[in-house]
This record gives sequence, structure tokens and C-alpha cells, in this order.
Amino acid sequence: MSVPAVVVEDPPEDYLQEHTLKSWLLTTDHKRVGILYMISVTVFFFVGGAAATLMRLELMTPRGDVLATPDAYNRLFTMHGVIMIFFFLIPAIPAVLGNFLLPLMIGARDLAFPKLNLMSWYVYIIGGMIGIWIMVFGGVDTGWTFYTPFSTMFSNTMVVTAAVAVFITGFSSILTGLNFVVTVHTMRAPGMTWFRLPLFVWSHYATSLIMILGTPVLAISVVLIALERIFGVGIFDPALGGDPILFQHLFWFYSHPAVYIMVLPGFAVVSEIIPCFARRPIFGYKFIAFSSVAIAIFSFLVWGHHMFVSGQSMYAGMIFSILSFLVAIPSAIKVFNWTATLYKGSIRLDTPMLYALGFIGLFTMGGLTGLMLASLAIDVHVHDTYFIVAHFHYIMVGGTVMAYLGGVHFWWPKISGRMYPEFWGKLSAMLVFVGFNLTFFPQFLLGYLGMPRRYFEYRPEFQVLNVMSTAGASILAIGYVMPLVYMLLSLRKPPNAGPNPWGATGLEWQVESPPPVHNFHDPVVVTCDPYMYSPEEAERDYAHDQHVRNA
Amino acid sequence: MWDFPLFPEQASANAEKLDALMLFELGVLVFFTTLICVLILFFCARYRRGVRVDRSNPPTHGRLMEAIWIIIPFIISAVMFVWATQVFYDLYQPPPDAAEISVVGKQWMWYLQHPQGRSETNDLHVPLGQAVKLNMTSQDVIHSFFIPAMRIKQDVLPGRYTSLWFQPTKVGKYDIFCAEYCGTNHSIMTGYLHVMEPADYEKWLAAEGVGPSRAEEGERLFVQHHCAGCHRESQTVHAPRLEGVYGKPVPIQTDSGVRFATADDRYIRDSILLPKSEVVAGYEPLMPSYKDQISEPDLLKIIAYIKSIANRETSP
Repeated sequence: MSVPAVVVEDPPEDYLQEHTLKSWLLTTDHKRVGILYMISVTVFFFVGGAAATLMRLELMTPRGDVLATPDAYNRLFTMHGVIMIFFFLIPAIPAVLGNFLLPLMIGARDLAFPKLNLMSWYVYIIGGMIGIWIMVFGGVDTGWTFYTPFSTMFSNTMVVTAAVAVFITGFSSILTGLNFVVTVHTMRAPGMTWFRLPLFVWSHYATSLIMILGTPVLAISVVLIALERIFGVGIFDPALGGDPILFQHLFWFYSHPAVYIMVLPGFAVVSEIIPCFARRPIFGYKFIAFSSVAIAIFSFLVWGHHMFVSGQSMYAGMIFSILSFLVAIPSAIKVFNWTATLYKGSIRLDTPMLYALGFIGLFTMGGLTGLMLASLAIDVHVHDTYFIVAHFHYIMVGGTVMAYLGGVHFWWPKISGRMYPEFWGKLSAMLVFVGFNLTFFPQFLLGYLGMPRRYFEYRPEFQVLNVMSTAGASILAIGYVMPLVYMLLSLRKPPNAGPNPWGATGLEWQVESPPPVHNFHDPVVVTCDPYMYSPEEAERDYAHDQHVRNA
Repeated sequence: MWDFPLFPEQASANAEKLDALMLFELGVLVFFTTLICVLILFFCARYRRGVRVDRSNPPTHGRLMEAIWIIIPFIISAVMFVWATQVFYDLYQPPPDAAEISVVGKQWMWYLQHPQGRSETNDLHVPLGQAVKLNMTSQDVIHSFFIPAMRIKQDVLPGRYTSLWFQPTKVGKYDIFCAEYCGTNHSIMTGYLHVMEPADYEKWLAAEGVGPSRAEEGERLFVQHHCAGCHRESQTVHAPRLEGVYGKPVPIQTDSGVRFATADDRYIRDSILLPKSEVVAGYEPLMPSYKDQISEPDLLKIIAYIKSIANRETSP
């Protein structure tokens, strides 16, 4: 990357300098919108986490005891799913790190539509507020999947309100996706060709395509749910000639691609961290870039694998099975390329790297259990059991949340200007990895044994594995609270990070930390490929530092 | 406390076939997860900063490597697909001699009826070695009938029939779960499958006295709902006779001509509830709808009756 000369004539204002509430609520600075999102998704993460904690406590014993009624439990798992998926996982990496970094990485001043960007946050907050309102005033008990005819004809809870919340929130993700696509197309700095884009940008571009194309279908589905509930239009109700399976097709047509909305940004983060801490160019740049696009395309063709036992035709099952297997290939490409990037590197295991390596391991497990689920006969047995629960938590928590935390640690010096405490960072990464496996690995066994998901009470022989899972969850909870505490505490000190604490190559590292309001002082011109690291140079620097320290 | 199970019981041939496939896929999983983890740990140790080792010219791309890790997963996926699909295909091929048990799910219980007429709730008794086919429907929301020991599961839908079959190979008591979330008491919509020696099963069937079989009950309902008035020797109404109809193609009058539909459970159900939707060619659409007048279990009985006369000749 060309390094823009930083001429310190009058020190420019950094983007955090204004402190008024108004300056935050009316900002159109992509970095500030990123921070607004960061605060909001963190709140929702801990609200959803609290619901998970209560569920795990309830599941310590086979009988219902912690929660008074099965209805309370049903509302909890619904809220856990709705909040974690729509209000945390989908916006987490794109709206926080993507918003903050995408313009910086391509040498732009801001996103293409800064006001639309702020609007997307407001839309998200309105949806989120309705979500919280539902939780306080009654809840929903349909599960995050809203399956008909239960949701339309039988549930006595706030289904229409939840549909409204999901409908509204969807627009924030459409707006973000639109903004990213236009920005990547029109605002790249001179010399920033497509194949000089950091892989973070490629992945976010693929994510944005799914957001734009998929989310409207979700919006349609929840509108139909509301119409059916209020007016009894009979689209899904068999008593009125409707088809309940139709809803599942519509729902998964969005919600399977949504899985990739959640995990592609995780790939984005990992693809930045690994070369930086291995100090060498990433292996197979083009393969990683195109595999993101391939995943985005395949994601729209595999929804039926959620419906192998739903009563869809046997032949449809076969087609969706083979298409689902195809997704394994771009996923495998990524994992192998990241691993190959470690070869002949000069590796440092700082916190972001620990999270990234943990991501690779857990994503591999999640992906390979995905092959089992794509295998028709196995899916028949484990569908709707804890096997599924374990599988998608390996992808979304072991994958996306690990990547998000890795990314937050990696870019925290850039975002806040401060370093986090490395010791505590490493400890949190270890705790999250160990706690995660202890929580979710037993659930694979439970699922294959046959314990169905969404069970308030269960057979006594499942108890030991459930206790293990709950024990793991308590470790996981500590691992998640720690970064919140030490990151906030780090803000008390003056900025100490310097522009580029990791010696990284991305454009975002060539400006001060925190970055100035307008991102770059001088026009940026890009003259070389991304990830131009040199392991030998890193070794020489290291030897030199050792020498200085010993002298 | 360490005597908890880690592997579900195997009580059918399908369970054995499925577990073999699962073990293969587990092997693939363990191999690749170990490979990736060992490579990561090895590289992290060998290329850790400060370790003196050759780092010159780290490769940034390699066609051959990419080809290898595209082709190998592709081949493994293809093997998995073919194997799993074969096992899956068999789940759709019940043996012709399977005993047909009707299952009606409703919030939050299972109602089951044997062909011999005995019915039960949440429990299912079957004889060892006898293939069993469950014909299932739901009275309200979507449920899912799941027997882990047989490794089978099928969603149970309102307004439609789905089926599931298994052949028990081991005497015992096995779990039945509802696997599709169905509301408040979803987690207690469970029961037990009792696989019995055939002699014990006969005793069990007769324990409540020998009543009418399911088809006989269906015939009684057929008369009671006045179906017989038109569909038997009627002088006044021109209605199709139902002997020998089940399982055969039926000509259906459409706007553009005649098409054929198979007279299966679905067709008979729709003909009772939505009689105007598929009228047999040559007949007037006279039949009234029985929607909301016949319960789901009774519909299944009437279908069982019509099926029982599938081999009977139409009396002149």
C-alpha cells in the first residue's frame, strides 16, 4: 500500500473529539455510526446472552424447575433466537466493523450514502425497541422460525408485533448492504483495483448482495404472517386451502442465505488477521475472494435442506442435498488457504490471532457436521434435535462471534486509539474457546441420542450431558464478560496505540488512531497488492528488538 | 453418574445402515478436524516468531494445491451424497405387507389406531419383525413423529397425510418424541414404542376384547354419514361406486378435458372434504362437503374401509 505522507502541521481532529449527544445522534460519519452500532449490538448480545443463561440453568435438570411454566421457557428460546440473529449476528460484523473499516480500507472519505447509513441505525433501533417492548410486555412463543400454522392460528402471543420488529429491522440491513455495494463500486481510491481490495471488502461485498436480495423475501414472509393472523387470508392455513409448507419455503429462502450474512463477515475478519500475525501475504487471494462470491450464490439454492422431513417431495430433498454439499467446496477452500497462510510465516499469537485460529477450528467442525446434515438419511434422524443446535452454534458462535471478538480486539487500537490488556485478552480467547466446546460439543451427542430441541423438560438419561453443557456455558459467559470490562477500562487512559501497533498493511492503519474525521489528509493512491508482509523482515525486526532489550 | 448413554439404541435395519454411514462421516470429520488442528499447531510452533527456520519466498498461490483441496472434498461429498441418498430412498419404500397404523397428532398428544381396531394414546405397541407403516396427520399445528431408536422422523401436517415406516429388530421400549415445536407442552408430547414378541402382541391386541377392526369401524361411519346412500346401490343418485377404486387411477373432469389421479389417501380425503375439487369424469358435482363434520381419526377409518374394499368387485 502506498503510505500517505502524514504531515503534522495542525493536528487534525480525530473523529471522537466532539462529545455532545447531538454530535453522536446526528452524525453521518461512518466511524461514529459504527460505534453507535457497536454499543447497540453489545447491549443486545448481553440481553440475548441472559436469555441463554436462564435456558441453560433450566436445562440443568430434566424437570421444569427454574422457570415456572413451559410458556416462559418457550418465550425465552424465541427471544434468544430473535435477538441473537436479527439484532446481534446479522448486524454485528458488517454494521460495526464493516461500517467503520470499509471506507478506510478502500481509501474513501465515507460510505456512498452517509445519511442513509445513519438512517439504517435508526431503523435498526426502532426494530430493536419493539423487540425489547415485546419482551417486557408478554413475549412471543413461536421460535425465531415463526412456523405456520402455529404462528398464524394457534399462538396467543405477540406474533404480529414480532413480525413488525423483524420487518423493520430487515430494512436496516438492506440499507447497509446497498451502501456497501455502491461504495465498493464507486468510491475506491485511484489504484485500488478489485484484486487489490482487502479480502475483508470482498466478503462484505458478497454479504451485501445477500442482504439486498434475500431480506425482502423475509419481509414478505412476515407480512404474510401478519395478514394471515389479522385477516385470516388463508395463504398458509390448510383449513382455508393454504399450505403451511409454503411458509417454510419463503422463510428459509431468506433464512438460509442469512446464515451466510452472519458468517461471511467472519471470513472477512479472519482473512485480515491471519496474514497480519503470520507476517506474510495471504495464500490463494483470488480463491478466497471468489469463494465468498460462490458462497453468496450457492446460499440461495440450498434452502430446502431445512425441510428434508417437512413433507416436501423426496426428489426435492435429493436436489437440495446435492446443492448443499456443493457449499462445502468454497468453505473448504477458505479453511485450507488460511491454514496454508501459516506456512513459512513469522507467527505471533496475540489475542486477535488466537480468536482467528479458534475460528478456523470451530468453523471446520461446524462445516463438517454440516456435511452430515446435508446427508439426507442422517438429517432425517438428527433434524430438530440438539445436533442441529450444536451445529449452528459452531458456525454462528464458534464462527461469527469468535471472528467478531477477534476483529474487535484487532481494530480496537484503531477504533479507540488504545491498546487492550494483552494478558486478559489472551485469557478471554482461551476461556471462550474452552467454554464454547464444553457447552456445545455435548449437544452433538445429545442430538444423536435423540433429544429434540425446544424441550422444556427432557428424559432423565440426557441429564449428564446437559449439566456439562451448562457448566461450559458458565465458562463461556465469563469469557464474554471479560472483554467488555477490560475494553471499557482501557478507555480511561489516554490514547497509547499509535497509528499502527500491529505493523499491518491495510490503508486503515496508515492514518492516526483514532482516525481523523475525514479519514485521510491527502488523496490516497494505491500502488501495490494487499498483504505485502515479509516474514523475513519480521524476523529481522524481532531479532533487533531482542538485541536492544538484552543490551 | 457415568452410566449415561452416548449412543442411541439400534432397533431396526435402518438404524444399523444409518449408523454405518454416520461412522463414515464421523471418520471424515475427525480426520479433517485433526488435520487442520495439527497443521495449525505445527505451523504455529515451527514458524513462531524468533524460531530460526527457513522463511524465504513464502508461496502466495498454488494451482495444484487449490485443485487438490477442491477435488478431494468434492469426491468425499459425492460419496456421502450417494450413500446417504440410498438410505434415504429406502425410507420412502415401505414393504407392501406393512401393517398400517393411523396416527393423529394434536396439541399435545398422539392418537394411534391399529388395523385390528385397538387404539392407544402416546404409546405404540408393535410386534417384532413386522414392518409397520404409520399414516399420519395432524388436527392442529405441525408436529413431527420421531423414533430415535429407528433413526426416523417425519413431520405430521394438518390437512395432509405423511407416512413413515420401520421394521423393529429388537424387543424393547423406545422413546417417541414430537420433534417439531408445537406450543406450550411440546416437550411432553412424548410416548413410548413397545416392540413385543408377536405372541405378546396378539395377547395385547385381544386384552380389551376383540372389537371391530379399523375398516369395520370405517364401514359403520360410511353408513352413519350417509355415504352409503349414494355410493352403494342407489336408485336415485348417480354416484361412483367405491369398490375396487383404491390405488387405481381415476379419471378427473377438468375444463380442458380429462386427467387421471391416483385414488390414494390424499385423493379420498380431499373428495370427502373438498368434493368439488376433483370430480370423477361422467358424474355431476352433487356431493356436499364433510368439512368440519368428520374428525381426523374418523377420516382415517373411512379411508381404511375404502382401502379394504379395493379388491372387491362392484356388485351388479
